Amino acid sequence: MRYAMVIDTLKCVGCSDCVVACQTENDVPIGYCRDWITETVSGTYPNIVLELKSERCNHCDNAPCVRCCPTGASHIVDGGIVLVTHNECIGCGACIESCPYDARYQHPEGYVDKCTFCHHRLEKGQLPACVSVCPTKCMYFGDLDNPNSEVSKLLKNRKWKTLAPEAGTKPNVYYLI
Amino acid sequence: MQEELFTSGRNIPNIDPSLEVWHWPIAVYLFLGGLSAGLLLFAAIITILGKEKEYPTTVKYASIITPIALSLGLLALVYDLTHPLYTWQLYTTIRLESPMSWGAWVLLVTTPLSYLWVFSYFSEIFPKRNLKFNVLKNFEKWLQKHRKNMAYILVPLSIILGVYTGILLSAFNARPLWNNAILGPLFLISGLSTGAATIILLSKTAKEKHLFSKIDLALIIIELGLIVHMIMGMYAGSQVQLDAMNLFIGGEFTLMFFGFVIILGLIVPGILELLEIKGYKIPVAIPAILILIGGLIFRFVMVEAGQLTRYLY
Repeated sequence: MRYAMVIDTLKCVGCSDCVVACQTENDVPIGYCRDWITETVSGTYPNIVLELKSERCNHCDNAPCVRCCPTGASHIVDGGIVLVTHNECIGCGACIESCPYDARYQHPEGYVDKCTFCHHRLEKGQLPACVSVCPTKCMYFGDLDNPNSEVSKLLKNRKWKTLAPEAGTKPNVYYLI
Repeated sequence: MQEELFTSGRNIPNIDPSLEVWHWPIAVYLFLGGLSAGLLLFAAIITILGKEKEYPTTVKYASIITPIALSLGLLALVYDLTHPLYTWQLYTTIRLESPMSWGAWVLLVTTPLSYLWVFSYFSEIFPKRNLKFNVLKNFEKWLQKHRKNMAYILVPLSIILGVYTGILLSAFNARPLWNNAILGPLFLISGLSTGAATIILLSKTAKEKHLFSKIDLALIIIELGLIVHMIMGMYAGSQVQLDAMNLFIGGEFTLMFFGFVIILGLIVPGILELLEIKGYKIPVAIPAILILIGGLIFRFVMVEAGQLTRYLY
C-alpha cells in the first residue's frame, strides 16, 4: 500500500473548496491551513500560461521532517502517510525548518500540525475531504502499488511532475500537466 | 524566453510567516552553546596537560561562566518551544538521525558536568566561604581527585557540543543557506574563538592572555578560511544556494555579515591580537569584546537569513 494524490492542474479552477473542506473536516484553527492554492503565471505576453495548484504535505518517502524530529512525534504509518503524534511533539520547529514545501504550521495549542491525507477518513474507507468535495474532480487519491488504481493509470498515461524533486524528498503528491 | 510573472502566495498571513519559527532565543542559545563548548574544551585540555597552576582563569574563574551560559541557553531553547511542558519527550527516545535529539542528550550530560567542574573548584574560587556540610566537603574532595577523568570526558563532549550547534542548522535541507557541510566546523571554531575571547577578557596574568591571544588568532584565521569555503561552496551550488549566497553578497544581510561579522568581528580583532603578540601595547579587552559581539551577530545573521532561504517551485 502506497497512498498518493494526483491533481490535474488542467482541471483545477482554484476555487479553494479543498481548502475550506479541509479546515472544516480537521478543525483547522482560523488563520491556518493544511492545504492551499497557488497561482503561477508564466511565459511572455501574449503567450502566457496560468497554472493553478492545490498544495499540501507531500507525504514524502524520504521525509526530512521525520528525520529531523527529535522525539519521534513525526512518523510514517502504513501506506506512507506522514503523521504527527500531538502529545509527543514539543513544538521545536525542526520539522517546519526541514520541509521544502513549508507544509507545516504550529497549532495554537503548541504542537505542529499538517495534512494527514485525512487518515481518519481513510480508515473508514472514505476519500480525503479535499478530494471528495472537489467540484471539477481534478483530484484523485489511491494506491500506487496497485497498477489498476486510478492514480496508477493516470500517472502511466499522462505527463506529470512533482514539486521540488531536487530536494530529494520523493514526494507522493503528483501534478498532471 | 520563459518569464515567470508571478506566483501567488497562499494569502494566509499566519501561514507564510510561520517559515520563521526560530527567533532570537535560538541565536542566543547557539552563541552560549558555542561559548560553553570553547570554555569547557580549553579547561579540559589545560587540566589534561597538567598546567592548571599556570592558567588559573581557564580552569577556574572562566569555568564559572559555563554552567550559567549552558543553563541560560537551555532556558532559551525551552522558551522557544511552543509545547515547553512536553520537553521531557526529548528523553524518551534516542534518534541518531536527528541532530536535535543527540544534541539534547549531549546537553543532558554536559550541563551537570559543567556544574560539577565548578563545584570541584568551590573552595579555591570562594576561599572565604566554607562548605557547611561534611558531605559536600567530601564530595568536593572526591571531585578534585577525579578532575582529570572529568577532563577526558569533557574533551569529546565539548567538541560534539560545539559542532552540534552548526550541524543542527546544516541538517535542514529545505533551507539552502544552512544546508552545507561546513557549518558544523565553522560553528565549532567560532565557538572556540568566543571561548578564548572570554578567557582573555577575564584573565589577570599576561602569560594566560598571551597564550589565548595566540590561540584566538589561529582560530580567527581558520574561521575566515571556513567562511570563504562556505561562500565558495554556495557560489558553486544550485540556484537555491546562489539565492542564499546573494543574501550575504549584495542582499539585505550584506552589512551585517561583512561589516559586523567579518570586518569588526574577525579581521579587526585579529589584527589587534597580532599587534599585541608582536609586542605593541593594546588593551586586549577590545579584540575580545569585538570577537564576542561578532560571534553573537554571526548566529543572529545565520538564524535569520537561513529562514528566508527556501526551495522555490
